[in-house]
Amino acid sequence: MPNPSRLWREIPQRYRLEAGRCQNCGYIAFPPRLVCPRCQSRAFETVRLADAGKIITYTVIRVPPQPFADQAPYALGIVELDDGVRLMGQVVDCGFEDLKIGQRVKVEFRKLYEEGAAGVIHYGYKFVPE
Amino acid sequence: MRDVAVIGVGMIKWGELWEKSLRDMIVEAGLLALDDAGIDRVDSIVVGCMSSGLFNGQEHIDSLVADYLGQVPVPAARVESACASGGLALRTGFAQVASGLADVVLVGGVEKMTDVSGSEATYALGTAADQEYESFHGATFPGLYALMACAHMEKYGTTRKQLAMVAVKNHDNGSMNPHAQYPFKICVDAVLESVMVADPLRILDCSPITDGAAALVICPLEMAKRLKKPLVKITASTMATDAIALSGRREITWIESAYQAAKKAYEMAGKQPQDMHVIEVHDCFTIAEIMVMEAIGLVEKGQGGPAVEAGLTSLGGKYPVNTSGGLKSKGHPVGATGVAQAIEIVKQLREEAGPRQVKGAKLGLTQNMGGSGGSSVVHIFERG
Repeated sequence: MPNPSRLWREIPQRYRLEAGRCQNCGYIAFPPRLVCPRCQSRAFETVRLADAGKIITYTVIRVPPQPFADQAPYALGIVELDDGVRLMGQVVDCGFEDLKIGQRVKVEFRKLYEEGAAGVIHYGYKFVPE
Repeated sequence: MRDVAVIGVGMIKWGELWEKSLRDMIVEAGLLALDDAGIDRVDSIVVGCMSSGLFNGQEHIDSLVADYLGQVPVPAARVESACASGGLALRTGFAQVASGLADVVLVGGVEKMTDVSGSEATYALGTAADQEYESFHGATFPGLYALMACAHMEKYGTTRKQLAMVAVKNHDNGSMNPHAQYPFKICVDAVLESVMVADPLRILDCSPITDGAAALVICPLEMAKRLKKPLVKITASTMATDAIALSGRREITWIESAYQAAKKAYEMAGKQPQDMHVIEVHDCFTIAEIMVMEAIGLVEKGQGGPAVEAGLTSLGGKYPVNTSGGLKSKGHPVGATGVAQAIEIVKQLREEAGPRQVKGAKLGLTQNMGGSGGSSVVHIFERG
């Protein structure tokens, strides 16, 4: 099992949606980066991502990877948040037939999966239709 | 830069090869390539392999391959770019020959995928995605391509049947390839009724898990001219990258890395997309072939689906795509795929492709892709 420090260092993004905004061109990097991919500036300020957006594409995972074996089938989508940032995550609390491109969703803090027999519980963000 | 030519190709029958190990496969393919070139020593070895560590618990296969091919102490390198590792191996070997660093280079590709369970193989392949922001949320590779398919269908009206026709075409071609893992034909209904993996992609939209290896021998063109063999030159070798995560791409429905690599390749070779007589693209999923056709300029944006339906890319069509059977029918031992694509084009240009021969093929292109499009490698070949 991986060392828990890997989980700990990702908490600002997973729990608090902390991103970096380029102070030169305004590009929002999530996760934060050291150098802006658009203008090569290295000056960033920490900002919080928008907490709602719309689905731009989705699928239903029927053959899951091992850590998600007990959750399949589950919906996975890419959401464009209201600040323009795109995030991948599960879409929950809705029927698969309700999934559609353009559907408004809000970002919620949820349990993602448990790692190993007595392992760490992973938390993070999921999307819920508004 | 020196001009570079392919003088040997070696390919084993792909499949679930329980009796063969990673080293067995790459050495067999390597020896076939050396025999085809009529030589027994090389100056350098480059091997593409995505994940021998996760699949076989074996890293350091550059040394292993040089050793078991009987070539020590020549320099050897293993290169990795996920499913584009084989293409990148060829590009690395090309750079060595073109620059004068080496004269005769053996370029190999290998992946031994059935030593682990299906779910462990899925995990290993999944490491080509963004582990922290895609895999962490339960994404799989079929899932990532399904996300692209869903958006492509919505934006351009690409149909479920058009996706299926990619698989049908590639199995038609693969049924004529004795090295293919699944050398049989399938019909559209079989695809549409096969089990769903990640909506809208079904199992027959997906390339399989495969054990396999392939190898090439390349050298300077001037040296190749002394051999009594049909000359095949490599006139372009390019690569481009893009965001590793799908959410980081400017367009979900467009593979920018393939576009960038192809654009540079056409410039390098002084050719246009419409000059190509035979093309091998990275059809890890049916939607991938459609999107790559668009990105490398065979058709306009959004027209990949209708083009497949109209037979544009079938054997006998204007642009025969994946005459080898593609990843879908030939199999997809990830590190070997890019090398095998090159072998198909070389065979076509030498007119050694048997019943799937494209008559008079003089120019061919390969496009090999890593992950969900985070990398693409393109080569153009020309009969001398």
